[in-house]
Amino acid sequence: MTVLADAVARGSGTLDAVQLSGVTKRFDDVVAVDAMDLHVCQGEFFSLLGPSGCGKTTTLRMIAGLEFPTQGSLRIHGVEMGLLPPNKRPVNTVFQSYALFPHMDVETNIGFGLQMRKVPKEERRRRVRQAIELVRLEGLDRRKPAQLSGGQQQRVALARALVNEPKVLLLDEPLGALDLQLRQNMQNELKSLQREVGITFVYVTHDQEEALTMSDRIGVMRDGRLLQVAGPEELYERPATRFVADFIGRSNILPGTVASPGRVVLSNGDRLDLPTTQEAGTAVGVAVRPERIRIGRPGTAPAGRHRLDGKVARATYVGNAVVYAVNVDWIELEVRASNDAPHDRHDVGDHVMVTFASEHASVVEDDV
Amino acid sequence: MTVIDPPAQVDPPVSPELETGARRAASRRGFLLGLPALLYLTVFFMVPLGIVVAYSFATRSRTGRTELRDWNLDAYARLGDDVVRTIAVRSLWIALATTLISLVLAYPLAYYMSTRTPTVRNILLVGVMLPFWSNFLVRTYAWRVLLDSDGLVSQATQAVGIGETRLLFTPTAVLIGLVYRYLPFMVLPLYAAIERIDWSLVEAARDLHASAWTAFRRVVWPLSLPGVIAGSILVFVPSFGAYVTPAILGGNKEGLLGSFIVSQFLSARNGPVGASLSVVVLSVMLVATLWYFRSGGRNL
Amino acid sequence: MKGVARSTTAPTGAARWWLTAHASLVYLFFYAPIVVLVLYSFNDSRIIGGWDGFTFRWYGEFAENRSVRDALAVSFRVALLSTAISVVLGTLSALSIERFRWRGRRLLDGVLYLPIIIPDVTMAVMLLVFFSEAADIIDRLPFIDLSSGLETLVISHVAFNISFVSVVVRARLANLDPSAEEAAADLYANRWQTFRRVTLPQIMPGVIGGALLAITLSLDDVVVSSFVQAIGSTPLPVFVFGLVRRGVSPLINAVSVFMLAASTGLVLVSLLVQRIRSSPGEPKELIP
Repeated sequence: MTVLADAVARGSGTLDAVQLSGVTKRFDDVVAVDAMDLHVCQGEFFSLLGPSGCGKTTTLRMIAGLEFPTQGSLRIHGVEMGLLPPNKRPVNTVFQSYALFPHMDVETNIGFGLQMRKVPKEERRRRVRQAIELVRLEGLDRRKPAQLSGGQQQRVALARALVNEPKVLLLDEPLGALDLQLRQNMQNELKSLQREVGITFVYVTHDQEEALTMSDRIGVMRDGRLLQVAGPEELYERPATRFVADFIGRSNILPGTVASPGRVVLSNGDRLDLPTTQEAGTAVGVAVRPERIRIGRPGTAPAGRHRLDGKVARATYVGNAVVYAVNVDWIELEVRASNDAPHDRHDVGDHVMVTFASEHASVVEDDV
Repeated sequence: MTVIDPPAQVDPPVSPELETGARRAASRRGFLLGLPALLYLTVFFMVPLGIVVAYSFATRSRTGRTELRDWNLDAYARLGDDVVRTIAVRSLWIALATTLISLVLAYPLAYYMSTRTPTVRNILLVGVMLPFWSNFLVRTYAWRVLLDSDGLVSQATQAVGIGETRLLFTPTAVLIGLVYRYLPFMVLPLYAAIERIDWSLVEAARDLHASAWTAFRRVVWPLSLPGVIAGSILVFVPSFGAYVTPAILGGNKEGLLGSFIVSQFLSARNGPVGASLSVVVLSVMLVATLWYFRSGGRNL
Repeated sequence: MKGVARSTTAPTGAARWWLTAHASLVYLFFYAPIVVLVLYSFNDSRIIGGWDGFTFRWYGEFAENRSVRDALAVSFRVALLSTAISVVLGTLSALSIERFRWRGRRLLDGVLYLPIIIPDVTMAVMLLVFFSEAADIIDRLPFIDLSSGLETLVISHVAFNISFVSVVVRARLANLDPSAEEAAADLYANRWQTFRRVTLPQIMPGVIGGALLAITLSLDDVVVSSFVQAIGSTPLPVFVFGLVRRGVSPLINAVSVFMLAASTGLVLVSLLVQRIRSSPGEPKELIP
């Protein structure tokens, strides 16, 4: 782990499983991926997260060799891939539609890659057997894909890729077609499987919860650009841009301006001491998660917490919490009060005080 | 700390030029795959077509040879002759009548088929497809057997006292033969169109107080129009140029365009006129199908 | 009616009765002439009117008739050869159009549609004129001997069959998930292996369907063949057409029933292939 962390810190090339520098992909006039730089470390579970059309699938397909960049360098374990066709790349893909060969049974599907690489029959059989055990599909090896359930097909697709022991496994929204229950089970399974085999996973999804649950690191994409690359916790607690703050979980974004390094002035005139990287005078937002805001009767704010006064506009009971919409004059804030801890319920029209600590607020840039 | 030695670099990073090259290579492969068919059809279809077009502007020598010189429009002028006009109009009528009769016969059948259970539907479908696929010459010949003066039809009419019927070698016989041959071409696209209709739309119409007839007229019929158009073109186009059916059931009279064109080449030895007529017929077909594709049809 | 959940939309009452009656009459129209023809082919009488008892006599005559046998041989040879060539060319063109983007793609697409929509008389005239104008040039090509007559027939049948094969295979290709081919490439298969192991097995029903369509069209063709045949190589339909124009005879009845049985056999085989190869209940690919 220290080696890994070290490599991440150095942004080192040698340990990167996948390294993109200045990769651009244009389809006719549309720029799908725009001068992207990305490092995926060996052995990590990396997710590319973003709304549909953000270029995440194109990025994955470029790594697989199913699409060639218009420009840029793409390396896998340090080797420049250039225009190498997919069959010569040390990666395998789990396709969104699974793309199982409908005319072959499970065993032949899984053994296909080994067969293409001329792995001797005995060894092939042994490895296919292992793969089938790994994804727990024993007894189904003679079935055709059409005779399997969605979840089973998904496992076949996974085994078919993993059996080749690729340097990087690429997964394109592999759980998208499954129902919620199955999807949650598979998330856990995928994560533990990845730990077990130790292969680098690059996982494409538009589901933020899925990405947060499984990934070591997440890259958030929009319009062909990487907005932020970080671990789940940092991404959630310290979103870098307004889009990231909004896309991952819910956020209140208070408009403001950087007054001087380390100080932000909100549009109501309040000052906040927050770490900033922007120049003075830049318009920014201050993002605060609804569950990080406390609500109470008007009074004195606890030390170290920023205070705003307002009126309850709506109160919605959502089971484990009550979600309030609090009108503080210049903005409406969403506040989520958990039902775990006893707290006073507020009714619509009540005057309330909302507070948050500065460590729970982060400065976000406006997206271009 | 070196964990892995960086391997020897084989490929350069991708530049726009390299990527364009890769795309060109892919399109070259597509071209090479299509090339044999393209070459074949160029030599054995487009060139013959070109020759016929050239013939239509050529000169007929005194011996009946077509000579590719002195280009002129005489052959096209001949198309204005009364003989040709009568034949063209007759062919048009026969083709239109065939289309209309087929539509009237096929629509209720297609509707009936698409309201059956899937199993029954498939049996009925195979029932339409078998004649569609079986030898049409033989099927036309079967009508000759039926319509002959000693044939079953005549025997039947005699038995009921209407007297002997002489249908063979009449336009009616040709019409029967054409409808018999091309009816499946009408049923299949109609069925495809009606079967696709979302029946909850009909239910919605009924729910909104439409009578069964109104629901049909306002919902089913408009939605089945693509099938009506596809079927009509599929029937009209070949029956307009039909040759074999009129020859068997209509006798050897040069009454329709198909046989007239043939006679121009084989007996009258007037290549330019036969060619110009072929060009006109082909243009009519092209316009009809292009119009169909323009109007958004995909069923051919 | 079990399985039909269209209680309010399925025709009821009088409408339903009329529809059923109409459908029955149309099917009678389709099949009665064929049934009569089959019956007559077993009729032991020279004239159509009467029924003189059951006989296999005409089939015996048909089997012994030298010109019929020759014509049959010509038909089969032409059908098999032209089908083989057009299946290869048609499948390649289908792949080229569906799977690649190249400049002449639209042109090929258009050229492929023409033989389908052209009236057969026009096609026949075209080829007749072509062979008379270009005979000298073609004769100089290696392997082709126009004087035998078979070559002109095969060349002409391929010219219309390529398009039909191409259309059927393209329909199949368009319905395939292209990601299966990507998966093969991802799993180290080169282009040829991808085609051989993944694409071809999946388009096989289309290829077989196209081949059966090509055989049928070739065995059916009268007009084009009668224009391009040479003396001594008359295919069966042209031979029968010649006889039919002169009148009805029990021998033609027997030959006709044989031809019907052959084409029906082909359809049933192709239906079976569809059943086995694809999901049940969708014989639609038989429609060209």
